[in-house]
Amino acid sequence: MAQYAILIYEAESGYAGGGEDVWRQAMEAHGRFAGQVVEKGGKILGGDALEPTSTATSIRGDLVTDGPFAETKEALGGFYLIEARDLDHAIEIARLCPAPYGGVEVRPVMDTSGS
Amino acid sequence: MVARPGNEAAAPEPVGDEARRAVAEAHRREWAFVLAATARVTRDLDAAEECVQDAYVAALGAWARQGVPRNPGAWLTTAARHRALDGLRRDRTLRTKLPMLVVPEAAPDAAATMSDDGGLIPDDRLRLIFTCCHPALALEAQVALTLRLVCGLTTAEIAQAFVVPEATMAARVTRAKKKIAAARISYRVPEAAELPDRLDGVLTAIHLLFTTGHTDPRGSGLVRADLVDRAIALARMLRELMPDEPEVSGLLGLLLITDARRATRTDDEGNLLLLEQQDRSRWDRAAIAAGCDLVTAALRRPPGKFALQAAIAAVHAEAPCYERTDWPQILVLYDRLLRIWPSPVVALNRVVATAMVCGPQRALDDLAGLEQDGRLDEYRYLPATKADLLRRLGRRAQARAAYQAALDLAENAAERAFLARRITEMSGTGNDDA
Repeated sequence: MAQYAILIYEAESGYAGGGEDVWRQAMEAHGRFAGQVVEKGGKILGGDALEPTSTATSIRGDLVTDGPFAETKEALGGFYLIEARDLDHAIEIARLCPAPYGGVEVRPVMDTSGS
Repeated sequence: MVARPGNEAAAPEPVGDEARRAVAEAHRREWAFVLAATARVTRDLDAAEECVQDAYVAALGAWARQGVPRNPGAWLTTAARHRALDGLRRDRTLRTKLPMLVVPEAAPDAAATMSDDGGLIPDDRLRLIFTCCHPALALEAQVALTLRLVCGLTTAEIAQAFVVPEATMAARVTRAKKKIAAARISYRVPEAAELPDRLDGVLTAIHLLFTTGHTDPRGSGLVRADLVDRAIALARMLRELMPDEPEVSGLLGLLLITDARRATRTDDEGNLLLLEQQDRSRWDRAAIAAGCDLVTAALRRPPGKFALQAAIAAVHAEAPCYERTDWPQILVLYDRLLRIWPSPVVALNRVVATAMVCGPQRALDDLAGLEQDGRLDEYRYLPATKADLLRRLGRRAQARAAYQAALDLAENAAERAFLARRITEMSGTGNDDA
């Protein structure tokens, strides 16, 4: 098994403008997702939702600035760390990850244990 | 006596012509088989390529000395795998740190070849093809990787084929190989549930290779025969490996029927000839017959997009002339194709059939919708099709402007010359635009 990060990129306005119902539905969808990962033979090792980019602080060298690293329409809003057999398996799992206002990116986690 | 593969260096004595021919032939026929079987051992595509390359060099000498073996592919594979195992023993400590190709052990492969030393060599060509054409790789990288690993072309040859600098192509191939290892793209044939999607990706890559060769996007001649031949060889290989997949038959049929017109697509001076101008008596009838048989096989089940495109090509190929083509049938086929593949390019081709069935004005109305759609803004065949419809309606000034728009987008020399001729024809007197 190998580790992959599922990075969730979405338009923040989707949640900001949607009120509590939208948030509750999202939480329920992520709850279902956790169950589906197990059914698919994968494993969630960790993950969380992030506060919106309006709360982000970027640090580059000595410079500390307000805001995210890059202003984009779809921002990183949450992530999972999962275990999967191979990329196809990771994609199969990531397809199920809720991201109604954007999409997800799958990235293999680098194995630095041996070096 | 059969030559035994080993680790001999390149031949010290003069290499026989027969051996040289046999090695060249084996390069063309067996590269994919040998590399695919070796990659399973090395679990590293670069190392596999090196071992296979070495095996071909060794074959030059060994076959000249001992004669060409009964099964050159098996000989080469055994030689390449010996090298791979030696390499693995030598580099064990080094290799464990690098990401390896993931080779899941599925059910024993149905097809296997007996090697000269009695072992069985699995036919891993499908694994290799599906790995090269994995959807997580960019389409252009899929095509480059397929040419490199399945066809055995050098990076320089691939770069030349796609008219990009060799360094660019080398970077593209290296990046794709790195991703296969680091992201763990498995070396396997997709399972039944994912097969239709994944197979479509493979067929699309081969089709892209063919169309690049069929009308060289930037070249001076119209056709790049080497690319067309490679694409057809790949489609043949796939058909041999997956004889029961209708879409594979559809693709091979489409390529054979389309390429059967190769000799008639330009005149002696290299000028482009349209379908309606081509000398149908010079179409390759044997290729068309083979293609039509494949189409029949492909249409047995609800047809996919390649089967339908092949069926359309077959209707054209069997028509005695352009006017007496079964255009209503072609229109029906385009409608079915659009239902499963709503692509603006398909819709544009349908416009041509509409013109033949319902007249150019109706076709022009359909085309207006495609112009508004915007997705074909850079596609030279949109203004070219529009120009032809306007020409047939006698609206010469508008036709001229549309031909000019097509010329501005066209880069192939033969196409440009054709469009320039049409502009001249439309520039004479007799403008009867409404």
